[in-house]
Amino acid sequence: MHELAVAQALVEQVEDVIRQHHAVSASLIRVRIGPLAGVVPELLGSAFPLAAAGSRMEHAVLDLVTAPIKVRCQTCGAETEAAMNRLVCGACGDWHTQVISGDELLLESVELETVPT
Amino acid sequence: MCDTCGCNLTPGNRHLAFKPVAKGATAVSVLKGLLQKNDDQAGHNREHFDRRGILAINLMSSPGSGKTALLEATLTALKDEFTCAVIEGDLETENDAERIRAKGVQAHQIVTGTACHLDAHLVHDALHHMNLDGVDILFIENVGNLVCPASFDLGQHLNVTLLSTTEGDDKPAKYPVMFRAADAMLITKTDLLAVLDDFEPAKAESHLRDLANPAPVMRLSARKDLGMDAWLAWLRNELAAQRARVALGQSRRPAIQPDGQTYHAATA
Repeated sequence: MHELAVAQALVEQVEDVIRQHHAVSASLIRVRIGPLAGVVPELLGSAFPLAAAGSRMEHAVLDLVTAPIKVRCQTCGAETEAAMNRLVCGACGDWHTQVISGDELLLESVELETVPT
Repeated sequence: MCDTCGCNLTPGNRHLAFKPVAKGATAVSVLKGLLQKNDDQAGHNREHFDRRGILAINLMSSPGSGKTALLEATLTALKDEFTCAVIEGDLETENDAERIRAKGVQAHQIVTGTACHLDAHLVHDALHHMNLDGVDILFIENVGNLVCPASFDLGQHLNVTLLSTTEGDDKPAKYPVMFRAADAMLITKTDLLAVLDDFEPAKAESHLRDLANPAPVMRLSARKDLGMDAWLAWLRNELAAQRARVALGQSRRPAIQPDGQTYHAATA
C-alpha cells in the first residue's frame, strides 16, 4: 500500500537525473528490488504510471529487477541463498548471518533521451 | 551517504553499474536508494536528536498489540527520572495523544488520513510543533501496521517491535521485513498466556533468530506490571549509550540500516 509513496519518490529521483543531464525525457528506468525491502514489484509497477502521469518519464519502461536473497555466515563464512523468513546460513545453519543481497531498493540506471524525438 | 560513496553496490549489482550507451540516448548509472529523499530527511531528524542528546525510539506493531498501553506504563514508571515526549501516528483521531497527555507528558498527534505509515517528513513537521528542550527520550508510536512502517527511516536510533500474545508466535516468520528491523522485540500481554494455549514465546524468539536478528526479546504485561523492569532497564541502558555516542560525536541508525555502512567500511 506504500508502493505509491515509493513510486512518487522514484519519479522525483528520475526527474533529478533528467535535469542534471539536461535530457528531454527518460525512456527506461531500471530499479532493483530485493524481497526484504518490503516493496512488492507488481504493486510498484502499477503505481508508477499514476505517479509518472504528465511527467517527463510517463512513457518510460519501468524495468524491475528482482535481487536474490543472499547471506554471508559470520560463523563459517559461507555465502548462500536464503528464504525471506529464514536468513540462516545454508551451509552450517547458524543464524549469525549478514544479508549481502536482497534488501536493496535501488534506482540502478536510467536511459535518457537526449534529443527531442 | 550511500548516494555519493557507492556503498549501495553489492556483489549482486556491481556488474550493472555501467551501462552501454544506445543511439540518441544516454544511459546513466544512478545506484541511489529509492527512498533517498526520505533517508536524507531522516538523517536531518537524527541530527536534531543528537544535538540535543535525545534518544529517539520508533515503536512498531500491528494495531491493538499494546503500544499506547506500554507507553502509558513506561511514562508513569519513568516520570521522576527522565523527561519524555511522544509522537503518535494514527490514521484518525487524537485519542492516543490524549491518553499520553493525561500522564502529563507532551504528545503530538500525526493524523495520517489514509497513509499507512509515518515517514521522515511527517516526523520533521511534528518536531516543529514540539518543545524538545530537556527531553531525554522521544517515543514515536508508528501507525499500527506490520508492513509499511518498516521501509521508512524516521531518524530514530532504535526500532522496538511489539508482538502481543493474542497474535501468533509465527508473526516474525510472516512479516520478516518488520521483524528484521527490530532492535528489541517485546512480547506483550503476557498475562494472557495463562488462557491462551497457542502462543509460545520461545517459538516467537526462534522465528526472530531465523531472521538473523540478535535483538533482545523481553516478555511483559504493561497492564499487569509484569516484566516491566527488564524493559525499563533496557531503556536506561540505551539512553546512557546514546549519551555516550553524543559525547563522542557519533550517532546510531536502526539495526536494519548498517549493511550499507558495513559495505562502505569494507570497500573504502
